Amino acid sequence: MSCDYTRTALHGYLDGELDASRSAEFERHLEGCRDCAKALEVEESLRCVLQRSSLCERAPASLGKRIRVDLDATTAAPVVQRIPAWRWVAVAASILIVASISWYAWPRVGITRNPDAPPFTAAELIDAHIRSLQPGHLTDVASTDQHTVKPWFNGKLDFAPPVKDFSDDGFPLVGGRLDVLGGQNVAVLVYARRKHFINVFVLPTRMPDTPIHPPGLRQGYQWVHWRHQGMEYCAVSDVSVADLHELAQLTYQ
Amino acid sequence: MSGINQGSGSDVLDVHERARFEQLVMPHLDAAFNLARWLLRSREDSEDVAQEAMLRAYRFFRGFHGGDARAWLLQIVRNTCYTWLEKNRPVELMTEFDEELHPQPSVSPETLAIAGDNRERLGRALETLPPRFREVLVLRELEGCSYKEIAAITAIPIGTVMSALARARQRLQRALTQPPVQEASREL
Repeated sequence: MSCDYTRTALHGYLDGELDASRSAEFERHLEGCRDCAKALEVEESLRCVLQRSSLCERAPASLGKRIRVDLDATTAAPVVQRIPAWRWVAVAASILIVASISWYAWPRVGITRNPDAPPFTAAELIDAHIRSLQPGHLTDVASTDQHTVKPWFNGKLDFAPPVKDFSDDGFPLVGGRLDVLGGQNVAVLVYARRKHFINVFVLPTRMPDTPIHPPGLRQGYQWVHWRHQGMEYCAVSDVSVADLHELAQLTYQ
Repeated sequence: MSGINQGSGSDVLDVHERARFEQLVMPHLDAAFNLARWLLRSREDSEDVAQEAMLRAYRFFRGFHGGDARAWLLQIVRNTCYTWLEKNRPVELMTEFDEELHPQPSVSPETLAIAGDNRERLGRALETLPPRFREVLVLRELEGCSYKEIAAITAIPIGTVMSALARARQRLQRALTQPPVQEASREL
């Protein structure tokens, strides 16, 4: 078994790694070389034995769990500790400013809210957004087809959210899900923007239409809010404000 | 791009990266475990090492810019395994890799098929191979990696993947068809 081909081509042939011309050349050679034909048969037998062998071992489920605990421990939360002291001062100052403005701007009678504000808090909104980014939480129905996503909401909510795919404009629809925001069931449409996700929360409202409100920012996420034809919309993501605006305008059309 | 996620080179990743890691890398956990299992020849050790490797992969995840996530992960798993072996079983790594192909006593496909039918025996034969032979076989035959992927994972030049596989297969055939008595005289 000392044919040169045994060394140079047989294994490449067996593994499907030869290009077409070398492969054909080896096949021609095989017809005349008994050594190679036999060696190939032996190698094929070995491969067959290995692939039938169930030697492949799957990771135990407990391992996956342990790893996910590790990963979660290395994710996000410690970022807070890295914020330098001067930022805390800035944060404190902003809180003061916001508080004093609200003091004046807040309606004096009872606790009625600013009628233009969404019926949920920024914290609820951002929490819902972050929750959705955790593994397996993004969509209940994953489809880029608006005619799949829209009917999926039927019977799950007491309203029918408008669903449109904006792939042509660079915001492909990824899917939809149900969520709870400010104690209400809401529909969420998920769009992709490059490698980012945008959650658009939709719920019915009796308030008149509003333009797209200037963005809010919290924990690195931004959102814009608007009302249109009896629906309240809030789009949240880590994409740029310009992108959020563009998406808002698309739904506004 | 928003630039929000850029961070300052810290090894703490945000929820987006966590989600991306789950989507791209976690599906290859079985492959990672399987490679560690055969490199270390022990389930318990390979669980620990696979866990360590996944965490390392997560820390390096910002440096992963798309491409073959499985090969990227397996490369990290392999390195973690070798570091572990160097520390815990240095003797195992001292086998010479560049061994010549010996002219082989003829083995018939039937003999191989019969010997290989016994999973225990096949597993033991694979375990007697030096780690560098074992890994190319595991990657090629159990994980279905291409030569290009094997080269990337094991850091051997792509031109030598084929000859490494040829030698590994020959060693496995020999180990498999050796009389079991001789096999038993090895460790264990």
